[in-house]
Amino acid sequence: MFHTLGRYLILLRLSFKKPEKFSVYWTEVMREMNSQGIGSLGIICIISVFIGAVATVQVAFQLSSPLVAQSIAGSISRDSTILEFSPTISALVLAGRVGSSIASQIGTMRVTEQIDALEIMGVNTPGYLISPKIISGVSMIPLLTIISVVLGLSGGYIACIVSRDISPTDYIIGLRDNFNPIIVVVCCVKSIAFGFIITSVCAYFGFYTSGGALEVGQSATKGVVFSCIWILFADLIVTSLLL
Amino acid sequence: MIEIKDIYKSFGENEVLRGISATFKPGLNNLIIGGSGSGKTTVLKCIVGLHEPTKGDVFYDGENFTEMSFRERVPVRKQIGMLFQNSALFDSMTVEQNIMFPLNLFTDMPKSEKLDRANFCLKRVNLEGKNKLFPAELSGGMKKRVGIARAISMQPKYLFVDEPNSGLDPLTSILIDNLINEITEEFNTTTVIVTHDMNSVMGIGDHVVFLNNGEKWWEGSKSEIAHTNNKELNEFVFASKFMRAARAKL
Repeated sequence: MFHTLGRYLILLRLSFKKPEKFSVYWTEVMREMNSQGIGSLGIICIISVFIGAVATVQVAFQLSSPLVAQSIAGSISRDSTILEFSPTISALVLAGRVGSSIASQIGTMRVTEQIDALEIMGVNTPGYLISPKIISGVSMIPLLTIISVVLGLSGGYIACIVSRDISPTDYIIGLRDNFNPIIVVVCCVKSIAFGFIITSVCAYFGFYTSGGALEVGQSATKGVVFSCIWILFADLIVTSLLL
Repeated sequence: MIEIKDIYKSFGENEVLRGISATFKPGLNNLIIGGSGSGKTTVLKCIVGLHEPTKGDVFYDGENFTEMSFRERVPVRKQIGMLFQNSALFDSMTVEQNIMFPLNLFTDMPKSEKLDRANFCLKRVNLEGKNKLFPAELSGGMKKRVGIARAISMQPKYLFVDEPNSGLDPLTSILIDNLINEITEEFNTTTVIVTHDMNSVMGIGDHVVFLNNGEKWWEGSKSEIAHTNNKELNEFVFASKFMRAARAKL
């Protein structure tokens, strides 16, 4: 375990060494942003709307009492969407979509000697291959999370219109009631941490792949599994520290 | 000139190389030959720095490459071109982008000059007009030629080639061998080729090093191979009836 942690930290240190040429790295960052951000937009939109809708319907069902104001369902749905559902579930989905892609891409480059080719040219391979992915992850995953929050809350509103468990007006009142901006800060901090975990952990497993196609698949699986575990752990740490 | 002195390399308990020493001169095709598992590719990877030797040194023009740090090795590596067994082209880039990649990273040339260099390299390997194709759209022989074009784009002093003929038909193999030979003569590169293809040995083997079980067993030129009494080398080179018949006619 300490060996793995040490190798991971050394790889991170190498990844952030001074680049050979900034413009080449910047092009890679832009390409990764497009791949991670635009490429994941569809799946994030779909899951966010459904999660927001389901959360609202379930909260409304659990609070269906004449003693509780209907607008409370909106408040609870808002807080749980911003604090937990959007950042964490988006991150778990992105670990599968972005993380497996990073691990298998770098792993394939390793087993087909493309990384060796880069090293022979004198390229700092962790820097060239990993840092653009991490920079892209810590910038695009928070943006995707913000989109997810907006769509999750919109999904809740749609659920109110469709199910009529609570009225849309009460839902909107609940969304605006007792809003504490700290939850948005917590949401952003979580998504930045998750972005870093997904990209760096999966890149680590991809970079140290050896063997062939079978091992590339195993690296992608390990990357996703470890990312998910670390996401949940980081979720607990950030929540405990900031709330 | 490249010199390797007393190279040992172990992977765990398995000692793959045992005291290999050799000198590779510029303008010659230096071939490292041997059976599967004899340590040919490991020697090559020790020379270019992909593996660190357990013991021994590698010298590039008298400078000890083994003792250099990563940063110190960069200027040497800029003078190295390498063709890998599977070509190792970057899948996400076109042929042109593959060739221009080292130029983009290590030179301040204007784009037009880089394009001219890429076109020159492609012309040199007879692949004019293939600039916009991706590696997945190329045949095995074309990939090798693009690999050579990428390797020569920085006008290297040292050219390393790992199994240039693997997976190629005999005619394409000869084309690739001739191309490497022409480039070696034209640019006066120190070319080190790892192969077990006997056509390459007899065709372009200016200087041949034969490895057997991780040790250097024989060293000489292609013309000396036919007359050597080295048992292991004879068994390796003249394993086929065709080669034995060819030797008898010499």
